[in-house]
Amino acid sequence: MGEPVIEVQNVSMKFNLSKEKVDSLKEYAIKFLKRELKYNEFWALQDVSFTLEKGDRLGILGLNGAGKSTLLKVIAGVFKPSAGSVMKKGVLAPLIELGAGFDPQYTGRENIYLYGAVLGYSRKFIDAKLQEIIDFSELEEFIDVPLKNYSSGMRARLGFAIATIVEPDILILDEILSVGDAKFRKKSEAKLMSLLERGVTVLFVSHNLEQVRRICNKALILEKGHIVQYGEAEEVIRIYEDMTK
Amino acid sequence: MPIRSRLNKSGKAEWDMERNKVLQNRFILSELIKKGIRLKYRRSYLGIIWSLLEPLLTMIVLTIVFGMLMGVHDRAFPVYILSGRLLYGFYSQSTTTALKSIRANSAMIKKVYVPKVLYPLSGVLYNFIIFLISLIVLAGVSAVLGVRPTMYLFQMLVPLFVLLLLSIGTGLILSTVGVFFRDMEYLWGVVLMLIMYTCAVFYLPEKLLNSRFGWVLKVNPLYCVISNFRSAIFGEWMNWKYLVYSFTFSIVSILIGALLFYKNEDKFILHI
Repeated sequence: MGEPVIEVQNVSMKFNLSKEKVDSLKEYAIKFLKRELKYNEFWALQDVSFTLEKGDRLGILGLNGAGKSTLLKVIAGVFKPSAGSVMKKGVLAPLIELGAGFDPQYTGRENIYLYGAVLGYSRKFIDAKLQEIIDFSELEEFIDVPLKNYSSGMRARLGFAIATIVEPDILILDEILSVGDAKFRKKSEAKLMSLLERGVTVLFVSHNLEQVRRICNKALILEKGHIVQYGEAEEVIRIYEDMTK
Repeated sequence: MPIRSRLNKSGKAEWDMERNKVLQNRFILSELIKKGIRLKYRRSYLGIIWSLLEPLLTMIVLTIVFGMLMGVHDRAFPVYILSGRLLYGFYSQSTTTALKSIRANSAMIKKVYVPKVLYPLSGVLYNFIIFLISLIVLAGVSAVLGVRPTMYLFQMLVPLFVLLLLSIGTGLILSTVGVFFRDMEYLWGVVLMLIMYTCAVFYLPEKLLNSRFGWVLKVNPLYCVISNFRSAIFGEWMNWKYLVYSFTFSIVSILIGALLFYKNEDKFILHI
């Protein structure tokens, strides 16, 4: 038995989907007075629990809208769960929507510092790793250009390079093995594999079952926010294949 | 809960983690402040010089209109106008930045966890740094017009500190409200105009103070701050009533703002 690195306990996540978005004071006041402030409650996750030990690699399967990304964001700390708790231990590298957190006015170099700070790196660490990040992303010529002039592939490359420069204990992957051109994809996969060999704990969302089979040892299936299957990867993937036939 | 208990066993490890967190948040804050300053004047040819030039030009316009045309012929009047205008300008800029700060950083908020209070805080702080730089122009104009510094000048640190607190408090309240109601951006513009007219930026307050509407100025904490700041420049003692009032007002606004912010910050993400 390894030590638990992530413990997700009875996590539920509720969203209020108001049919019309009330975001003006006047509307709010009118609706409040007329008592029309009703929301459609929507539970994106319901009572989700699991524990991962060091080195576990969990594949999260499910159709669109099953709650996979919500689950990752709850674990990453972006969403606070409506109920339940998440405990995690160690450095977490979220590879979610690569490059989406960058500031478009800011240059590549400036974004490395800003984004690195947000991910929890110290200034010294970034100073030391700056060149390595730039080299890995292959953006030497463009590093002092504002990010708004980058292509989406370039942005994703920079995001990947920054997030994987640490040796994280927990890696969150949301469909990201498909970023960049073929060459960079190979490179990023190799990088991920080297992280995996070091015993990093992985949460992996993908629709590519082959990839899940290759990377993961555990898997779970989400359906409308519930865990319907959880166990060894091989078995769960087989069940999922039957479900989606 | 095995993870937590294991951490508790070594109190030092936990303490180190807390300390690291504080250091890290300070680093994030400094990066956000840098970003604000850098981006503010990027792509303008004169860059940061605008923070000196803009108040100077406004001062000239206001002096022409309210000094020459409306008949205030005091030689030091431009200094009077400029000091009011600089302080009001900072308050207006910083609170507006804070108001929009959560929405402006939504891309980041949606992706990674950062203590959200850093966004409005950095908005106020980077404007404060630009404001401090722009005080150079006040020193220059004072020297040219013969307003000599006295020992009383050191008092100005007090109103400047109160002003910072006031902006942080207001900024926290506005940043929370701004997430839920977009209208606030427009509404606050109007409120700011009201604040500007009731803090005697470009007129002498005596006439109004002695009328039965004197309270209009006195209830405005920004007027109290500006008035005390001017006392420091023109070599007088501060008004203690103004100081106590504006300081208390600022502290209360920070308390309300912090409470409001922390009660609602987890809901921000559902509204941006």
